[in-house]
Formats: sequence, C-alpha cells, structure tokens
Amino acid sequence: MKIQAFPYNDFVIPFLIGTVLLFGIIIFKYIKWIRRFDDAQRAVIRSNWYLPWKVFPAIWEMLREGLLHVRILRKNLVLGIMHQAFALGWFLLIMVGAIESRDAFISLNHEQDIEYVRQLENQTGWSVKDKEQKKDPEQLNQRRYRVETESGPARIHYRRPFYVGIFYRYFVHEAPATFRLHRRYADTMDALLLYVFLGLTLAVVKIFYSRMMGMRRTTKHTIVDRFAKFSLWMIFPLRLLAESVTACLYGNGGFFTQAVGNLFDPMIVRGLETSLWMFYSLMLGVFFVTMPFTRYMHIFTELLLIYFRKLGMKESPKKTGYTYFELNACSRCGVCIQGCPMDKVLGNHEVQSVYLIRSIRNQDFGRRLKNIAENCLMCDRCTVDCPVGIDLSALRRQTRDKGPIDTIGNYSYIPDDKQPFNAMSRVVYFGGCMSHLTPGITQSMERIFQAAGQRYWYMDKDASICCGRPLRQQGFTNQSDELRRKNTEMIEKSGASMLVTSCPICYQSFKKEYDLKIPVMHHTEYIDMLIKDGRLKVRHDDRHVSYHDPCELGRGCGIYDEPRSVLSAVTNLQKTRYQREKSVCCGFNLGNTKLSVEEQTRIRNVSLENLTSKPVDAIATACPMCKKAFQRATTQYTVRDIAEFVAENIID
Amino acid sequence: MKKVAIIGAGPAGIEAASALARMGVAVNLYEKSETPLKNLQDKALLFPNFQAAQEVADELAGKLLTDGVSTVYGTDITELKWLGTEWKLFDAKGQTYVADAVIVASGYQVFDAHRKEELGYGIYKGVITSLEMESMIKHGRILNASGDEPRNITFLQCVGSRDEKSGNNYCSKLCCVTAVKQAIEVRKQLPKCEISVFYMDLRMWGQGFEEMYRTAQEKYGINFIRGRISEAAGTFDSRIQLKSEDTLMGLPLKMTSDLLVLMVGMEPSCGTRSIGVSCDICGDYGFIRTISPHLYDNETGRPGLFAAGTCKRPMSVWDSINDARSAAVTVKEYLDQQG
Repeated sequence: MKIQAFPYNDFVIPFLIGTVLLFGIIIFKYIKWIRRFDDAQRAVIRSNWYLPWKVFPAIWEMLREGLLHVRILRKNLVLGIMHQAFALGWFLLIMVGAIESRDAFISLNHEQDIEYVRQLENQTGWSVKDKEQKKDPEQLNQRRYRVETESGPARIHYRRPFYVGIFYRYFVHEAPATFRLHRRYADTMDALLLYVFLGLTLAVVKIFYSRMMGMRRTTKHTIVDRFAKFSLWMIFPLRLLAESVTACLYGNGGFFTQAVGNLFDPMIVRGLETSLWMFYSLMLGVFFVTMPFTRYMHIFTELLLIYFRKLGMKESPKKTGYTYFELNACSRCGVCIQGCPMDKVLGNHEVQSVYLIRSIRNQDFGRRLKNIAENCLMCDRCTVDCPVGIDLSALRRQTRDKGPIDTIGNYSYIPDDKQPFNAMSRVVYFGGCMSHLTPGITQSMERIFQAAGQRYWYMDKDASICCGRPLRQQGFTNQSDELRRKNTEMIEKSGASMLVTSCPICYQSFKKEYDLKIPVMHHTEYIDMLIKDGRLKVRHDDRHVSYHDPCELGRGCGIYDEPRSVLSAVTNLQKTRYQREKSVCCGFNLGNTKLSVEEQTRIRNVSLENLTSKPVDAIATACPMCKKAFQRATTQYTVRDIAEFVAENIID
Repeated sequence: MKKVAIIGAGPAGIEAASALARMGVAVNLYEKSETPLKNLQDKALLFPNFQAAQEVADELAGKLLTDGVSTVYGTDITELKWLGTEWKLFDAKGQTYVADAVIVASGYQVFDAHRKEELGYGIYKGVITSLEMESMIKHGRILNASGDEPRNITFLQCVGSRDEKSGNNYCSKLCCVTAVKQAIEVRKQLPKCEISVFYMDLRMWGQGFEEMYRTAQEKYGINFIRGRISEAAGTFDSRIQLKSEDTLMGLPLKMTSDLLVLMVGMEPSCGTRSIGVSCDICGDYGFIRTISPHLYDNETGRPGLFAAGTCKRPMSVWDSINDARSAAVTVKEYLDQQG
C-alpha cells in the first residue's frame, strides 16, 4: 500500500495567498497591457518573438541587468553591489533552495524505499539483492507491484509541494541519512543569505550616507512604497531567525544559521519555532501582495521590457501597452535625480523622471502631473543614466500631449518658385529657425559648401518652416505632424540626395521623427566627411578650445566623435570635466517653457563654468541655441560654432 | 592736508575733482586711458540743445588745471582696500596709492552688440552701433557698407537694455533720445535718406525731449515704428534685410535697409565692476550700490568711499556733473568730520 505524505503546516497559508494574488494580478496586468499594444508593436512581436538572434541577446540582457545589474555596477560599484545582492542573492536563494529540497526529497524517498524493501524482505522472506535489482529492475518492479497490490507493508512516498524550498529547514528537520550533500547545501544557503544581508546593510547605510553610492539625493518614496520596502527588508532577518531557531532545536543549520542558533536556549525557543516561520511567511505574503502596486512591480516587468525592447519595440507618440511596461519597469532607484540640472542647479526636487513615472502610474492627473511633465529641459541626461533604459523623454512627451487641435497649415508666404529648384543641386541645406538668429553659422556653412564645391539648396533661406520638434516637445503633436508633412513634401520634391542641417533640434527631428528617404546629416558630420574625403582643406590654428556637447546632438543622437574630430583638425581641443553623455545643458533648451530666464541663466552658468575650468581661448558648440546661451553670458570668451571655426581655417 | 582719490577722469570725475580742489582739498585723479573724457569725445552733439560735445569737453578739460588737482593717466585702479583710517588703491600694474577718501567715478561702457548675434553685428558690414553712427555724424561721413550714401537707415532701440535674455532688465534711459537726436542729425546731413526707428516705447523723460521727438516726426519726417527686429540677414548687395512686426498695425514686416543702427545700452565699465566687487559695493547688474537714492546717493555705506556719475546707473552728462558736485560736498563734509 502506498501512502502519500504531504509536508504542510498552517504557516504556509499567507505565503500561498500572497503568491496566488501576486501572479494572478501581474498576469492579469500583463495581458491587459499586451492587448493595448498598437499595430506596429504587435507586428514586432509577431515577426520577431521566436528569432534566436533576437531572443538570445534578450535573455542575456535579462540576466545581465535583471540579476547582475551591470549598468548600475558601472555607474557606482557599491550601489551596484547593493542592487545585485538583493536580486541575485534572493534569486539564488530561491533556486538553490528548490534544488536542495529536490535533492533532499529524492534522498528521503530513497530512504523510504530502502526501509520498505527491508520490511518487504522481512515479511516475505525474499531477498532483494542490489545485484539483482541492477540486473533486472523490471522484474523487481513487477514483484513489488504484486506485493503492493496484495497486503504488503505501507510504503511512504513524500510529495514535494513547490513551497518546500522556501521553508525547507522546517519541513526537513533531520537531514536524510542518504543525503550526503546536506552540509554543503546548508552552508551555501547561509552564504547566499549573508550576501542578501550585505545588500540589506548597504541599503540601510544608503539612508544615512547615500554619497557612498554616488547618490547626492535619494528618491523620496510614498508611504506605500516605504511599507513595501519595510516588508521586503523584514523577510530576510525573519528567515534568519526562523532557520536559526530550527537549527538550534534540530541542528540542521549551515555555518551561519547554526552559529546563531547555538546562541539560543532550546528550552526557551522551542515554542517560538512555528510562530517565527509564520512571521516569515506572513512577510513574504505581505510583500507579494504589495508588489504589483508598488515600485517592486519592476522586478518582473523589467525582464519583459528588456525582451520587448530587444525584439525592436519602440515608444509611440501615444500611450500604448509598451508604455505601461516602461512605466512599471521603473524601480525608483533615483539614478535619474543625480545628473538632473533641475535638481543639481535649481534645487527643484519634484520634477525628475522618477516622480513623473510615479505620478503617471498613480494616475494623479491634473495640475500636479502637468507641472512635473512641463518643468523639464528635455536634456535627456536622465535617459542616458537610466539603468533600465526607459525612454524617459518619450514618456514626458506623451504626458505633455495636448491632444488633437484643428490645424490648417498656411504656407502662402513661401513663394512657389522656391520649391522646384536647381535639379543639379545634390544637398538640401536646412539652417533651422535658431540658425537664423545666429547668422555666423549659416554664413560659415555657405562658405564651406562653396569651398567644397558642393551645389546646394538653402531650403529655408528666405522663408522657412519650422521642423516641428519644438511643438512636439511641448505636446502639440498634430500641429507638428502638419509641419512635418509640408517639409517632407518640399524635400522630396527637390529630388536632393542628402539633407544637411545646422541645428541639432532639426537634426533629431529629421532623423527620428521624419521618414525621409535620403540620409540626414548634422553639419558637424558633414564637415567631418568633407575633411576626411579631402574635399575641404583646413589649417590648424593655435587656439585652445573647449567643446560643449549640445543635448540634442550628443545624448539625443549620439553624435560625440564627429564634432571632436573636426575641432581637433582646426584647433586644439581641450577636455572638460563634464563632457559627452555627462555634458550639462546650456539651460536655454526649448524643452522647458516653465523656467524663468533667471533660472535658465543659473543652469547656463554652471555649464559655462565647466567649459572654462581650464584656460581656453574660445568655446565651441554645435547648436545655435547653445551658442546664443553662452554668447549672451560672456564677453570674456569668444563663442563659436564648429562651422565657424572651420570656415575661418579653410585653405582656398 | 587731506587727500582724496578720484577714479575716472570723465565728466563726473573732473567735476568732482575741481570742486574739491576749490574747497581746498588735494585731489589725485586716476584715469585708465591716456586722455580724459574718452566717452564724451566720441559724441558729436549733445541733446537736447545740440551743443557740440567738444565744447563741453573742452570746458571740462580746462577744469583739470585747477590748483590742487593732479591727474595720473594710464592707471587702471582695480582694487581698493580700507586700512582703518585711509584707503589703499591698487592699480593693474601692482602700484599702490593711499587716500583719505575715494570717489568712484569709473563710469560706463556700452553693451557689446556681438552678444546679440541675430542682429548681425560683426557679421554684416551694414550693421553698426550708435557709437559708430555718432562718429559718422561727427565726421560728416555717413556711408553704407559699399561706401555710398545710404538711401535708408534703420535705428533699433533697446539693444542690450530692457532685455531679459541679455541679463539687462533695466532701461538705459538715454538711447531713446539719442536715437531721436541721431535721426535728426542724419536727416540734416542726408535730406533724401529714409529714416525709421524701431522702438518698444519711447521714453522722452527730460526737458525738451518730447519736443525733439515731435519735431523729428513733424519737421524731419522720421518714421517711428513700434516693434522689435527679430532677425537681420545680409543681401547680395550688402544691404540688410530685416524681419520685424509692427505691433501697432499687428502685421509682420519685412524690409531692406542700407544701415542698421543698434542703439546699444549702457553697462557698468570693467573698472566699475571690479571696484564694486573688491569693495563689496556691487549692486544690480554690476553698478555701484549707494545707501539710498533719495538722501544718501553718493555714500556707498563704506567709510570714506563715495560714488558719482554713471558708475551708479545710466545718466546724462548734466546729471553726472550735478551728481559729481553733490559728491564733492559730501566728501568735504566727511573730511571735516574726520578732523
């Protein structure tokens, strides 16, 4: 007769309820979000979800970022170790716990088998030899079967429900005699618990001394988040306590839990054992239930986000299912706060991306969210810093969206004869509205085109249409679309084979928001190409110049090397402390219409200080906005666009 | 005998020096450049009575010969230090001087129009500042970029003043009337030239200014347009194409002009800025701060340190001179009190 044994104690109930609710809720949410994917996103999944060259990199990144947290590690070692300890440590505790319990239960059942066979031999007088068993297991089984169906001895078989791994030490008080790896497993589990404790200690230290983790300022959490954090933090000390008490009573602990357990008096703690396991289970349950409603929702969502992103999914201008994955993948780690000029320079601690995302998630629509969404330079500093890689500017643009507004484009001021232009021209030059306010740049570009023998059409020389990005940044999406339509029409009609623009704002727009069939280049890229191809001869002067990376060109489009290459060809380029991804916005970005000029000026001064920290003769930039910002500030330094440096140094 | 140091040999500095000397105080007048009255001598005629600036300058320069005034040229005082009983002055070359009291009369400089690149100064030859216009009027040679007589001239008010983006929110006070004066002068020299003045609002605050403005419109046919020029672009024939809005008509405006004259505002001079910082008497925008504009407008709040003229705020020539006399009396009283 076979008896099914089922390890169970009432204390698993909170854990079970928590688990069921957790997975029930998140699966419900995920299905809801996936159903809200737009057509383009659906198409991405449909055509890519199984492709090995998409899936394997995705899995690799999930492991790298979900468990190892490599991006945070690179940012700050201690902060990385903290995050890694929680994620990897807990994950391994669960995995190793599951494997340990599996092995232990195999041993347990094996022990029972031996016991059963021994009783069988006693009862029937048969002798089951190991040799025989090896030789013909089938026969043995048949014999067993016969005995079992007749009135043989009871044979206990232990079932292993999935929660056993979590409460393993309680359910297997005495290690099975046949389970030789018991000590090794116990020690490993203790080491992993200590690893999590390392993370826990760092997290506590972070409250008091976050600078150790490279954090000037940490996220200010809501009460619900703090409660969830508290329950998370309590899980591990309670587990230690419960395991130690069990170790004290039964001696089944590893090096750490046993050592702690030995400190207790068995007579006193005997009555506490089940209660402690109950508290541990309760904490797990509480944490699981709060998880889908707090920042800890990121744990699973981040993995899915990585998968979808690796398949090639992108944010769309409107809120879609993918947006929900992005919103919920934010762990509110606060890395986005560190570089934010709004925080660092202006001391505004309320508008950073972490709070934007929280506000959208908590659905506090109305003025509060609006204020957060609008008060941002859109300098993308947080986007490059975000360890989860969330498209923060896109989320902000969605929130800023003013909805459909009737728009009729009036282009009567553009003379018709401007449009069909000299078909011999190969390049369309689009200066951009801001470049009209810095005629030094457009003049230099015209000079460069002439020197390189390039035929070109200066598209917006007399009558211009905005590229549409400033409107888009402010949420006037369909007006922006109208401008984009007209510009596209004009560019396509021209038949040109390349578009060169002087303004990084236009550049990003043409490159990412337009769907042009011809290559788009910023003038720094274009000049770099001319110099490298030998079409433009330049001389090297002896000026020392520092370069300011414009937000839209650098972080926005990843153009860091071409401007440096051009500048090095004509002057001596000086490095600055904050450069490339870390460059400080000039403050006069079109992204923020809420700032006063005084506040913009304060940001500008910080940026300027960075550029002039080493002795330089001039400041170079590649954006008319930045140029104007610095030009207004200083008479001490000359401020020039890269195109102007080049135009001054052309050898005819 | 008590010794007073005066920094800056402009109208204010010279007037204060001669006034103090006549009251029997020894004065050392320190001037950065090699000649006195640099800014004044750049001017052709002074409003509102169209008196030649040279006449005023000559008379002021004559006052330098007063007994007790000794002038030190080529000395750029950059730092002042209070030693408890007297002031120590440091110049850029590292030399030091002492004085019982100091009058700061280090004056103004004009806004650098390069800082507003959209107006094309330094890029297009046809864009000039009011100073260059003044000099053209003075020499009677008003020419466009190609060296010909200009057919039309456009003045633009408020360049670098009342301009939040340039960081100068204040009104420079004198550019309005200067533009009117220059427009009239240009009309007198070039009767056929078309003259327009773009303004935000015209502030005709002084005696005779309003009448000048009226005459400019009625008698001289000068065209006043309310609106700001947003951008200037060069044309192939070296003229300037302007984009603007006529805010009274509510219409966008596009016009081409031979010359664009930028009426640049007044800013504290470099010397004013550095002295202001070194003595902790730096007020808004780098001008020198005084205790109260009503009762103590020459006192800076530091013992024995006084200020006069355009180092405090934009001022006309006569205001500067009056202010300097008041400073002289204040200093004399201070010295008498000290015994």
